[in-house]
Amino acid sequence: MTTLPQYNFAYLDEQTKRMIRRAILKAIAIPGYQVPFSSREMPMPYGWGTGGVQVTASIIGPDDVLKVIDQGADDTTNAVSIRAFFAKVAQVETTTHTSDATIIQTRHRIPEKALSKGQVLVYQVPIPEPLRFLEPRETETRKMHALEEYGLMHVKLYEDIARHGRIATTYAYPVKVEGRYVMDPSPTPKFDNPKMHMSEALQLFGAGREHRIYAVPPHTEVVSLDFEDHPFAIQHFEQPCALCGAEQVYLDEVILDDRGGHMYVCSDTDHCEERRAAGHVGDLGVKEAAE
Amino acid sequence: MSEPLLRVDNLTKYYGSRLGCADVSFELWPGEVLAIVGESGSGKTTLLNSLSATLEPSSGRTLYRMRDGQWRNIYELSEAERRFLVRTDWGFVHQNPADGLRMTVSAGANVGERLMAVGDRHYGRIRETALDWLGRVEIAADRIDDQPRAFSGGMRQRLQIARNLVTGPRLVFMDEPTGGLDVSVQARLLDLLRGLVGELGLAAIVVTHDLAVARLLSHRMMVMKDGYVIEAGLTDRVLDDPREPYTQLLVSSFLQV
Repeated sequence: MTTLPQYNFAYLDEQTKRMIRRAILKAIAIPGYQVPFSSREMPMPYGWGTGGVQVTASIIGPDDVLKVIDQGADDTTNAVSIRAFFAKVAQVETTTHTSDATIIQTRHRIPEKALSKGQVLVYQVPIPEPLRFLEPRETETRKMHALEEYGLMHVKLYEDIARHGRIATTYAYPVKVEGRYVMDPSPTPKFDNPKMHMSEALQLFGAGREHRIYAVPPHTEVVSLDFEDHPFAIQHFEQPCALCGAEQVYLDEVILDDRGGHMYVCSDTDHCEERRAAGHVGDLGVKEAAE
Repeated sequence: MSEPLLRVDNLTKYYGSRLGCADVSFELWPGEVLAIVGESGSGKTTLLNSLSATLEPSSGRTLYRMRDGQWRNIYELSEAERRFLVRTDWGFVHQNPADGLRMTVSAGANVGERLMAVGDRHYGRIRETALDWLGRVEIAADRIDDQPRAFSGGMRQRLQIARNLVTGPRLVFMDEPTGGLDVSVQARLLDLLRGLVGELGLAAIVVTHDLAVARLLSHRMMVMKDGYVIEAGLTDRVLDDPREPYTQLLVSSFLQV
């Protein structure tokens, strides 16, 4: 320990944390509005969630319990590394159980288990601007947000239907927050969009490279954009999770061999483990007791 | 037709100390097509951009009669009002269609964009309207899902016109609408434009250096030279009986076939 440099609690210095907290407060006050902040270099590359890490570092306290997920999984490199990072620089307790966590940092998914009051969900956002690919000028998109000119967002959905016969956008599906700002819910699958609506938890979004923070406070209306004759619909899966038999959850395809064998398992590993511990078994699963 | 649609008072635009256009005043009536002609650098485009609120003039004002009958100075509108006006009650046809179109989305979405911008949220209806408008500008229905990149110059220009007219604007600005098109395509486009303008009762301001375009499309014309309007009047009068020496030169230097 003596050879390690002494970092401030949660890595960032207090002034930086204050600056980020001010941005967060502003973001909470204007749901869905992208607040610029002075993003810092973090000891990990962009794309690893530097925005989310800075938000987490600014709100975390010694009593918090941190959970980090990447694509719903607690055991991927990104999730393990960020958890280890905060265990080291903030000495906080970490967990993989959704219900035990006070702060959950996520890359793509919202946990299957409904979040409750007091929990904070921190998203790592690569591109905060929903209009970016339609209107590359940042000056123009800011003006469009300011004047609530969101017709262009529907042009994208129109293109989807014209080309694919349905709205083919499956992730980063644009939402309107509290009837005002159109927001990019980061690369979460649209399956999770309904969970953002009237959530009991506070949702914070940090984009490190793009220097933006935005937020959805608890009990806020989050509506996915759609057409009257092509309403918003979430993904539907034909079969339940192969391990725990869960239905109505988001599944990942796992390749089993090189002859086309594959299975679908819960993307939320914690949810899957809890169900299996409770005795639920899918087609390819084994009873916990038999292991 | 009791009141004009647009009233321009002493519009002047300087670029630093250089003059763009000076002391332009005129009135435009509903259903009327006004051509602004003159050589390159005479201030035509500066005037058009000032009139369409793309540029802020140095002095003078442009009053527009809104749909509710109120006269408003367009330079005093809030940005939100101005942008709303520009995409509903006005149209702007650029010389280069790429400036007026979204080249990376389909023709149907290009036409539908204005509808979606004013709040239409019914895919079927938007598509139906887009199809109708593509038909009116003579673009085949099976091209609706193609991007303008795959269109010829003439088709792009017609698509741009459809995109502008879909919200039923009352005033359309056109900057050299036939520039860069070959003559037979020009003729078709002019024919189409003339039909649409007559049918919809549009008022239009057309900037052109091509007197034939002015002759075919416009009722009235203004001749500009070095930033000033030197002659104005009924198109046929100005072209058949030019009063100013410069206009006489302009008319006589036009090639007759």
